[in-house]
Amino acid sequence: MKPLLTRRQSLLLGGSALSLFCCCPPGRAEPHRYELTPRKLTDGVWVTRGSDEAINERNGGAIANVAILDSSEGAILIDTGPSRRFGEALMTLAKELTGKPVARVYLTHFHPDHMFGNQAFDPAKLAATKGTIDGMKEYGNAFSDSMYRAAGDWMRGTELVLPQAIVEGAPEDIGNRRLRPLLMRGHTPSDLALFDEKTGILFAGDLVFLDRAPTTPHADIERWRMSLANLSAIPSTMIVPGHGPVESSVRGVEQTSRWLETISHMIGDAFERGLDISEAITLPLPDWTKSIALARYEYERSVMHLYPQFEAARWPRIDERG
Amino acid sequence: MRTSSRHIIRLASLMLLTASPARAEPPKDIFNSPMWETLSERYFGQDKVVFDDRVKVGVPPIVENQAQVPITADARMLDGVKKLIVFADLNPIQLALELEPIQAKAFVAFRMKIEQATPVRAAALTEDGVWHVGGMFLDAAGGGCTAPPKANGGVSWYDTLGETQGRLWQEKDGSVRARFRISHPMDTGLGQDNTPAYYIEKVEAKGIAGVTLARLSMYEPVSQNPTITLVVDLGRDGKGVDIDSRDNNGKIYRASLLAPWRQSQSDQREGALNAP
Repeated sequence: MKPLLTRRQSLLLGGSALSLFCCCPPGRAEPHRYELTPRKLTDGVWVTRGSDEAINERNGGAIANVAILDSSEGAILIDTGPSRRFGEALMTLAKELTGKPVARVYLTHFHPDHMFGNQAFDPAKLAATKGTIDGMKEYGNAFSDSMYRAAGDWMRGTELVLPQAIVEGAPEDIGNRRLRPLLMRGHTPSDLALFDEKTGILFAGDLVFLDRAPTTPHADIERWRMSLANLSAIPSTMIVPGHGPVESSVRGVEQTSRWLETISHMIGDAFERGLDISEAITLPLPDWTKSIALARYEYERSVMHLYPQFEAARWPRIDERG
Repeated sequence: MRTSSRHIIRLASLMLLTASPARAEPPKDIFNSPMWETLSERYFGQDKVVFDDRVKVGVPPIVENQAQVPITADARMLDGVKKLIVFADLNPIQLALELEPIQAKAFVAFRMKIEQATPVRAAALTEDGVWHVGGMFLDAAGGGCTAPPKANGGVSWYDTLGETQGRLWQEKDGSVRARFRISHPMDTGLGQDNTPAYYIEKVEAKGIAGVTLARLSMYEPVSQNPTITLVVDLGRDGKGVDIDSRDNNGKIYRASLLAPWRQSQSDQREGALNAP
């Protein structure tokens, strides 16, 4: 009884007292609450970091980075997080930081940890590529199921909301801020990166992971590496990855590319040697991946993503009709 | 290893002591599964049953796609395996497949549909009439982003029905590893759209002059587009492996995996699964 009371009090106190509790499992009596801690990158640009974990009942699916930019017209958001509640917390935070309502929300791609907060926003202000919207339509229900299963009550009341604005190639002008959309693919069939002309910050979405292993459920590895080569040529001052820390270097781009090369080689090699999936997932990873969070976990997932593709594409037909 | 074999000996001796003429009580289940007694009676009947670490089940640590969970059943450490069966206690249909390794290793890898977290077991029947049971607990609830299988990019399953792909590899000990994938919907009949059960129920791997190397009976839990790994003993003059299959509508599928096969490079590398 006592710790719960303390927790309630601390919630009332707010501010620094809150941060003491943000790592604790939430009390059962309380509805789950996301504690978003923005990090200021430069004037008018903030990022809330996702935890470098798999989606679980402790983090409520808040594993991806979300960016908030100020403009003369209102706040600009890049991605909305994993749930309705996250989206609502994000909207509140954006208003606090910028002192303005939300003018525009970009979705970098259709994965659930980036877009299930859409519900908190006016659909007319949600913007994504056509490919991303198609992906949300195709996978939204399945994602919803698996998010409820993995994150539990944090997802309560969350429903898929489709963006109504379509991002094409043209520069996006919102008030005094100009964002250059970079339409790429590889992590998914449609990935949106955004380059802020004013600050030189590149918001890479899940094309870039840093110190957290990349995920591949809808990846085209070759295309992804081509996209990364293009991203590394952009003269950015900072890169905000979809997952992992923000840095003023291309380390994230290079690490993501190296990871993809490493695992696609390993998995392709295991496939050519005739190993089955359950054999291939036991192979050891190279030492350099030890410092990368979830390396083993994502490697195993990638084996399960890539193997069926290889089997369908690389084995010769052997039936009498073939 | 020592404790586990001691455990097995203890279990076995316990069973000898308590065996009644009516029916040998199955050993107490390591997973404490509510289905164990029912299933052991169904699959093992009056036969003697022991838990045995030499029967290995491989399951992934995470379930990425509940419709395609990779499973390996490996009883190669036992001699004289007549039959190897795989089942999942808490699936609506428990039995996934039965392998008769006639001129083959007691080994099979395949993919299986899983309804919920469940023990997955392999049981090997040896020539002395004893079932050796191994298993792993598969936690299906924790998974990552589960995406449903995409329906062949818009192509109807009927257009590709029975299309078969695959390859052969030579193992270090001279046996031959066959991996193949047969395009088939493998409907369970449990869907809410009243699609009837439709699945490949028999697969035979055949060598020279049609001699049967391995016989597989498959059931509804085997995943769409069955993707199978077998290890067969082809003999010196073997030129390849024929794969003859039949589904429960009586449709016959024929395929041939022909040598020259790829030399398995697994000898030099870590992680290879060669015959022990």
